[in-house]
Amino acid sequence: MAWDAARLRDDFPALAREVRPGVPLVYLDSAATALIARPVLEAMADFETRHRANIHRGVHTLAEEATALYEQARADIAALIHAPDPREIIFTRNATEAINLVARTWGQANLKAGDTVLLTEMEHHANLVPWQMLAQEKGIHLEFIPVTGEYLLDLDAMQRLLETTRPKLVGVMQVSNVLGTVNPVREIIAAARAVGAVTLVDGAQAVPHMAVDVQAIGADFYAFSGHKMFGPTGIGVLWGRAQLLEAMPPFLGGGDMIRSVSLRSFKTNDIPYKFEAGTPAIAQAIGLGAAARYLQEIGMENVEAHSRALVDETINRLAAVPQVRLFGPGTGRQLASVSFTIDGLHPHDISQVLDTRGAAVRAGHHCAMPLHTRFGLPASTRASFSLYNQREEIDVLIQGILLAIDLFL
Amino acid sequence: MDDLYRQMIVERHKHPLHRGELPHVDFEFEDENPFCGDHLHVMVQVDENNIITDAKFDGSGCAISTASADILMEYVIGKPLDVVKGMDKEELLDLMGIEFGPVRLKCALLSLKVLKGAVYGLEEGE
Repeated sequence: MAWDAARLRDDFPALAREVRPGVPLVYLDSAATALIARPVLEAMADFETRHRANIHRGVHTLAEEATALYEQARADIAALIHAPDPREIIFTRNATEAINLVARTWGQANLKAGDTVLLTEMEHHANLVPWQMLAQEKGIHLEFIPVTGEYLLDLDAMQRLLETTRPKLVGVMQVSNVLGTVNPVREIIAAARAVGAVTLVDGAQAVPHMAVDVQAIGADFYAFSGHKMFGPTGIGVLWGRAQLLEAMPPFLGGGDMIRSVSLRSFKTNDIPYKFEAGTPAIAQAIGLGAAARYLQEIGMENVEAHSRALVDETINRLAAVPQVRLFGPGTGRQLASVSFTIDGLHPHDISQVLDTRGAAVRAGHHCAMPLHTRFGLPASTRASFSLYNQREEIDVLIQGILLAIDLFL
Repeated sequence: MDDLYRQMIVERHKHPLHRGELPHVDFEFEDENPFCGDHLHVMVQVDENNIITDAKFDGSGCAISTASADILMEYVIGKPLDVVKGMDKEELLDLMGIEFGPVRLKCALLSLKVLKGAVYGLEEGE
């Protein structure tokens, strides 16, 4: 499909609004939550108005239609990330819950006191805290691949850590939600598997911006969120290798995750249902399926090229502002996010001034406090880009930053 | 500018009058607002009648939390500790003269929270 920026923007109803009279929305916070796409809204409305019923239960027409739509969404999401089998797609609430699921089931069953889990210093809290909780409970060790002064993972240090700590699990984010760094996950996963580690990739910032092929990456688990890829909130995905998923204990207990129940015991259902207890977020799953189809139609190569072009231009223009300190590896190495700091100017003030110009950016630690601590920063400002952003919006960003500097410094 | 930060707030942020160290500190407290990474340290000096003779702050924060701290220090110098203990947030917000949304309210009130931590801390230490 040819890139048609105007048509694309028309697919996102929120872009039609003004932040206040005469001030159009310049949405540069898609790394936190992307805007929802019209086909997603339509798919959800179609389910709610025509096919609403519970799934996997009734034998009436609506129940069969609802089940078919829900399972079609699973298949469409599997296709987007090149999962070999839709049964390997587990619906969760978000990437955070997907990672917690791995920690609570695979981790509970397979990790014991003294075992090591290797993560990275740039992880989002979602891929830190579940392991910290497990570490407190079970006495496992956490180790971290360092981030270099160039904002990249230190792969030499990683190799040493793999050899000395022999981790049982290696968890890494594919794209940093702060630095925008695109980590070489294939290389990392290959090295981790060479020492026998199970591997988990947090793909929350990758799936909306680049072609993801879980088989090519070679990981065992891959987690991502629906709301960052133009889907609704309240839905996310854990992909896992069928063999691993089948061997794992269930997560939450209840309906749908069982094959049979007696008063004192139960037999678990097959995957993926084993991990989807209770009535799931049906409309949201169907919406996410529509988001996956939408991205496939546009083509992830196009999406990535657009995101990279905006990010590189933003980096170049920010680099020309003397007071700005960029917080990321630089052009050609970043995707989606551009973070920066300005000495003497707090990110909240920058963000507030930008808001008066209609621009929404994120100010704070972006759920990556250890990464900020590593670089001695209490907080940063992040502009993040998506397929609906356009070059003119970079002008608004730069002008707003210059205004904030003029006002407060 | 857009009713957002009145001139007084911007000026206080750029050129605070009560930022720095005290040669003699009777009580002090520090705290942070982890959401925004603001960190504030408040130092207070009192005389034998528990009247505040000097107060200073340092740390890092946004324009609003910095201006708020500066305005608050100025306000409490010369006041008895008991008066400071009884201060409520409306009093500080009146001094600042700006309406805040829920997020920035935390920035505006951090200084009072830290100051109260200090003055109540002294009592416990005695």
